[in-house]
Amino acid sequence: MREIQASQITDTVARLAVEANHYLDEDVVAALRNAHAIEESPTGREVLDQLLTNVDIAKQGEFPLCQDTGVAVVSVELGQDAHIVGGNLNEAIHAGVKKGYTDGYLRKSMVGQPFSKRVNTKDNTPAMIHTEIVPGDRLKIVVMPKGGGCENMSALGMLKPADGRQGVLDFVTGVIDRAGSNPCPPTIVGVGIGGNADHAMWLAKKALLRPVGQANADEETAALERDLLERINSLGIGPMGLGGRITSLAVHALVAPCHIASMPVGVNVQCHSARYKEATL
Amino acid sequence: MKLATPLTDESVANLRAGDKVEITGTILVARDAAHKRMVETLDRGEKLPTDLTGQVVYYMGPSPTKPGKVIGSAGPTTSGRMDRYAPRLMEIGLKGMIGKGLRAAPVKDAMKKYKAVYFAATGGAAALIAQRIKKAQVIAYEELGAEALQKLEVEDFPVIVVNDMYGGDAYEEGKKQYARK
Repeated sequence: MREIQASQITDTVARLAVEANHYLDEDVVAALRNAHAIEESPTGREVLDQLLTNVDIAKQGEFPLCQDTGVAVVSVELGQDAHIVGGNLNEAIHAGVKKGYTDGYLRKSMVGQPFSKRVNTKDNTPAMIHTEIVPGDRLKIVVMPKGGGCENMSALGMLKPADGRQGVLDFVTGVIDRAGSNPCPPTIVGVGIGGNADHAMWLAKKALLRPVGQANADEETAALERDLLERINSLGIGPMGLGGRITSLAVHALVAPCHIASMPVGVNVQCHSARYKEATL
Repeated sequence: MKLATPLTDESVANLRAGDKVEITGTILVARDAAHKRMVETLDRGEKLPTDLTGQVVYYMGPSPTKPGKVIGSAGPTTSGRMDRYAPRLMEIGLKGMIGKGLRAAPVKDAMKKYKAVYFAATGGAAALIAQRIKKAQVIAYEELGAEALQKLEVEDFPVIVVNDMYGGDAYEEGKKQYARK
């Protein structure tokens, strides 16, 4: 049994939180450059120029990409033959978020008692932790700082089986249309189809943890992604909602089996600052 | 075009949806929690910590300031969450709002009635925007942390007019121009 120190998990989460908030991955930058090349709206191109300049300023390490350094969504794949010593997994992750957000001058955006006092927890904890047990003896950690503005545009549709593929196209496009300029377009749209209510929402978020524009391996799902992107980019919303061709950089879908009575469709919107970093211990 | 704060009826009257504007001068910063407090203060018949006449409020909650810097990253937050409070503040003299995203009909109506304007800054260009902020000072509600009421000195702060006092809407016009059936 391979041993992993809890303190090593804490240090890794802290480092990933700081890195994710300053260094935008090359796939996202490439997608923004490509958007700039094809955007027809002059205002849209100006917005994309600002975003690319922003990426360059942030990577000097003094200013995070966005003032909203997010809820820390931490996705963990724990090998069943690994053994965590010197603490427990969840506490080690929360400690890492506290350390990264405090030492790294990242904004603390979490409040307790959501419907009443809303007092800031002051260290950005708790993290939103998703754990999957997998074969092997490694621990993979993904830290995704998720902004509130785009997360607020999330939606769940419990569609009818008779709604079919067209129903999925109409529902997802409608969500992005109504979101308009709110989620900081150009966005990446995560779509989860199937499972049940909670699973569809998790799939929608998990779909965002994929290089931008990488199609689903299943051809039928990949075709749905392409059709959705075409529909969304025909809305005219454009960069920052000021009009243009590029409302979304990509649509990423994940699919799962579901009940004979159901067709859940989850939508999770990711702003252009599509930040996540991963490490394997 | 260049625009100086505080704003007047005349300076607001010159602005049209879609205009690209660079603001220089003092602006206020407030988001959800500070708005809630300001409106509660007004409801009790008390005075606000600062006079809003002619002021521009920036919907923003910065990341923490690093040593030697003026402010942390400082991009706009989604304005729609302030819709419930905005008409009340325009009623007592607020002239401008900076944020990102859609405004509700009562806010747009209040902008016409009180001659005010809504600007969008580029969401997620927070590190870039921070370079245009020359001074930052918390003036009230310090305990709210990133949600405190602040006063900023800005220079050539880049925004675009979304809603003008004539009912113009750059989001609607832009979308109409580029939508494809």
